[in-house]
Amino acid sequence: MHNSSRRGFMGKAFGAVAGVGAVASLVAMKKTWDPLPSVKAAGFTTLDMSIYPEGQLITEKWRGKPIFVLKKTAAMIAKQTESQKARDIVVGDSHFMIAIGLCTHLGCIPAYIPAEESFLCACHGGMFNWAGEVTKVPPPRAFDIPPFKIEGTSLVLGEVGPEYKAMKDSGITL
Amino acid sequence: MAHFTKATSVKDWLNQRLAIEKVEKVMASEYWIPKNINFLWAMGMVLAITFALLLVSGIFLLMYYQPDVKDAFYSVNYTIMRDVDFGWLWRHVHGVAASVVFLIIYIHMFTGIYYGSYKKGREMIWVSGMLLFVTFSAEAFSGYMLPWGQMSYWAGMVITNIFSLGGLHLDGLVEWIRGDYVPAQAFLTRFFMLHVLLLPLAIMGLIGLHFAALRIPHVNNQDGEEIDFDVEAKKYLAGDKASSKVIRFANDFMSKDLMVVGFFLIFFFYLVFFQYGFALDPVNFDPADGLKTPAHIYPEWYFLWSYEILRPFSVNIGLIAFGFAQVIFVLLPWLDRSPNAVPASRRGAFSIWFWLLLIDMIVLTAMGKLPPEGMFSTIGLVAAVAFILLWVALPFITMNEKKV
Repeated sequence: MHNSSRRGFMGKAFGAVAGVGAVASLVAMKKTWDPLPSVKAAGFTTLDMSIYPEGQLITEKWRGKPIFVLKKTAAMIAKQTESQKARDIVVGDSHFMIAIGLCTHLGCIPAYIPAEESFLCACHGGMFNWAGEVTKVPPPRAFDIPPFKIEGTSLVLGEVGPEYKAMKDSGITL
Repeated sequence: MAHFTKATSVKDWLNQRLAIEKVEKVMASEYWIPKNINFLWAMGMVLAITFALLLVSGIFLLMYYQPDVKDAFYSVNYTIMRDVDFGWLWRHVHGVAASVVFLIIYIHMFTGIYYGSYKKGREMIWVSGMLLFVTFSAEAFSGYMLPWGQMSYWAGMVITNIFSLGGLHLDGLVEWIRGDYVPAQAFLTRFFMLHVLLLPLAIMGLIGLHFAALRIPHVNNQDGEEIDFDVEAKKYLAGDKASSKVIRFANDFMSKDLMVVGFFLIFFFYLVFFQYGFALDPVNFDPADGLKTPAHIYPEWYFLWSYEILRPFSVNIGLIAFGFAQVIFVLLPWLDRSPNAVPASRRGAFSIWFWLLLIDMIVLTAMGKLPPEGMFSTIGLVAAVAFILLWVALPFITMNEKKV
């Protein structure tokens, strides 16, 4: 009896040592799978907003993802509803629709159809309008807006500016 | 130390050290198989052979494959296909086997469901088999990433996005799985590791478990007859082979298995040499491009039914339905409340349930391939709802089944 409790104690002590090691190695495994510093460091893109033509969709690249940039025409701005206006990114006196060009359903790239001023995702049939709002499900929400910071006439993607923070806080984007 | 005598032969020498005679008895000559089982029971052996083909062809592909986003596509489509002598053979064997292995798995699964081979006493055979199915699915998906074509990239994008779990928005989890904001180098290398090391290791372990799970309850038979294996084995060993209901696995029963395997291999190599195209999606012959989605994204044929269950619903309900479809088969031994382990043809309502499920899954497969528009969307939605209702109904229709 005396011996068996001594063995029991050794068993528990081993369990504790091994447990600490197991937890520590899980932390290491988790961190090994985190994005590399080089991946994170490359996560910023600066766009010169003065060069975009009106009413034409340009696709840029940020963090490997397509970024839709659409400088709105006067006609588009005139017919905007309040909720659409809230999604505008204003640089100088130009209004832009800037969004991550991935369907919020499962991440395909919707195609822009200029004649209808809308986006169609071929994968599951979702549709978005020129302001980036969903017009046909299954997408659960409007296009996500990438974190941005306005610096004069240029836009830094990946950095959080006050305008972006306001959009995030009011739930316009995730 | 044990007592050793001077060996009389090589076999005796080994036997004293490795107990090979005992192993031979357990694995082959006294592993008892019922006599009344048909060719559908040979699918296990067909699967083992197909897995061996995948392993060998995979080893040869591995010698020239480059897990690098810049080189992966060309190492597969140029180096292996054109430069390496007989490289095309390994690729076609690997691609065709990856597709055909699922066909055989489905036949194997539905044979089990039809004959009630998952019922009381054989639950572990069923559960380990379903774990194998899940692991094979992960193996197929990770392998599909490696040529780094357009379908590889976008399938990787869509499937990893599922881990954000819809309304929960776990985007950090998705980025962690990918090691990047989009599928890129980290993603390719880790799926390469999963495909060539971790998952094959898990599969081999699970195959061992699956075989071990057969030892004690023994294999079911075509009539659902309860055989006393001890009594029948004694009869066989006493020389009364004709009236015994069981035979040795090797070399007696195995001859039948290998006959079926022979027919299968003829069919298999016909596909490899003349019809390999069905296992290679044309879209995947374009190199991966993160700024261009292919017009239609669809998985390989063997995932279409569960893909179609995800598709017709809004994102959260779709994910729940999809999750349901992934796990519900595992629970089959407990959802089927009837005490009968007999063929479906003798089980009344269950027989109808079985055929409805099979037809429903074929309809889901067909709709999963078609574009999600108009009529096809509607049929897909009905079939997806029917799939869920069938499983919900199963305990109720089997509860009142009479003992046969």
